[in-house]
Amino acid sequence: MTTGLGSEAAKIQPEILRRIGASQAAAHTRNRIVYVVVWGLLAIGFIGAMVLAGDVDPTFFIESGPVIVLQGAPITIFVCVVSIVLATILAIFGALGRLSTNSAINAVAGFYVSLIRGTPLLVQIFFIYFALPQAGIILDAIPAGIIALSLNYGAYMTEIFRAGIQAVPRGQAEAAQALGMPERLLFRRIVLPQAVRIVTPAIANDFIAMLKDSALISTIGVRETLFLGQRIGRTAFEPIAALLIVALVYWGLTILFSYFQEKLERRMARGDR
Amino acid sequence: MTSTPLPDHGIRPAPPGSGYDTELPSHIGDVIVRADGIEKYFGDNHVLRGVNLEVRQREAVMLIGRSGSGKTTLLRCINFLEEPTVGSIEIDGLILEADPLRSRSRSHQEQIRQMRIRAGMLFQDFNLFPHMSVIQNCIEAPTRVLKQPKATAVEHADYFLEVVGLAEKRDEYPDRLSGGQKQRVAIARALCMEPKILLFDEPTSALDPELIGEVLRVMEDLAHSGTTMIVVTHEMHFARQAADRVVFMENGVVVEQGPAEQMLDAPREDGTKRFLRRFLDR
Repeated sequence: MTTGLGSEAAKIQPEILRRIGASQAAAHTRNRIVYVVVWGLLAIGFIGAMVLAGDVDPTFFIESGPVIVLQGAPITIFVCVVSIVLATILAIFGALGRLSTNSAINAVAGFYVSLIRGTPLLVQIFFIYFALPQAGIILDAIPAGIIALSLNYGAYMTEIFRAGIQAVPRGQAEAAQALGMPERLLFRRIVLPQAVRIVTPAIANDFIAMLKDSALISTIGVRETLFLGQRIGRTAFEPIAALLIVALVYWGLTILFSYFQEKLERRMARGDR
Repeated sequence: MTSTPLPDHGIRPAPPGSGYDTELPSHIGDVIVRADGIEKYFGDNHVLRGVNLEVRQREAVMLIGRSGSGKTTLLRCINFLEEPTVGSIEIDGLILEADPLRSRSRSHQEQIRQMRIRAGMLFQDFNLFPHMSVIQNCIEAPTRVLKQPKATAVEHADYFLEVVGLAEKRDEYPDRLSGGQKQRVAIARALCMEPKILLFDEPTSALDPELIGEVLRVMEDLAHSGTTMIVVTHEMHFARQAADRVVFMENGVVVEQGPAEQMLDAPREDGTKRFLRRFLDR
């Protein structure tokens, strides 16, 4: 009796499982299609509304769009890549300072984080570009912008790195100590590599935020995306259209780097290396 | 593994403090580790209340006792992962006086480091470095702390991985290993530093029951081939198999110690009897 039922169930089972699998796959495909269609309609609708409302000349789009993309976006990406690297280095030292048992070092790091987080990025940019020359330090616009962005993000990332270092299990340092590793070696070879893995998603996030914050350095004349857009828009009497192109460039860059970020996170999630 | 025959020192009277009543086991050599008058406070909590312990070359000592009796703290004090409040530790001729007031000073830290190089430590949760492969875990400290040439370190590491039966896992990362395999790699990693003594802190407590055996077997082989070790353990069967001497701790002091059979079969102190009864009942 039981065996009869069992074999009958065994006969039905593959068919049921196949149908469940197929319906799940169909639902998944349906959901993807709906998502892409709605997203695309919203994007077209939004851009279309902007074009109509701004009374944009389509030829301006075709002529000026590539100029802004090809000349502005590379500067934006260059400034941000350099700045995120410098900010990461600053943040590692900042975090070490925040975690130091030396009170003086601790205070320096605490002051840095407090000052930077307590003032607007735009004010910091102005200070570095307009106020430092008063003290005899004259910087070009691009280095000034890079320094401002690095200092600013370095402060926020200091806190990220501090948390990352503290998230490395205590046992890792103990095992390294038990093997006779001196403090510096232990930090460089054991704690830091694990902390970097922990904070990588947060750094990627900050990089994407920086892509847009970097528009602020257009105010000191760095010829990045927003600066170029505004200048081209003014000379062609198409300020709204230029602004629209600028917005699309930043948006596109964000989508592009979010895609890289997702791939990076998936790779990191796969293994603990 | 290739085990060299243990040396035979013949019948010798047991000196006081050795933990043996009449004579020393023949394979056991001179004192190599000495904990002298170890006191340890955590805040107001008096965890170790004057512990004296000697361990001799090629001796396997098992530390038993209830949780909270201070056995893990004692083990961690021996390589200064916890700095004792009072007392001194000697490992292979290097004596270090506890000095909690200047524990951050550079010279004291350097002395502690020299002590730690002489002692290998095994942890409950293994603490392999997850971002390094098995072989990298094994050669990291030998190459960077002992400054061994890489080729030499790799050769040693491959040998010790063979000893723990994991030669074929040399290029795996720790997340691909079972708990038992991780602990065996940790043992190989410690052996690569050629320590004078191995300190095991409940090495099988974090393992699934079916994985405990493979780790204990490796440890037993090491003990029988003359590796000096102190093991904090709750595995009484293993203690009987592998220990030269068993030390029972209660409330931060050594209550009783002696050869394994005597301690496990005919303990003298009431505390030891009570503790063992609870264990053997299960």
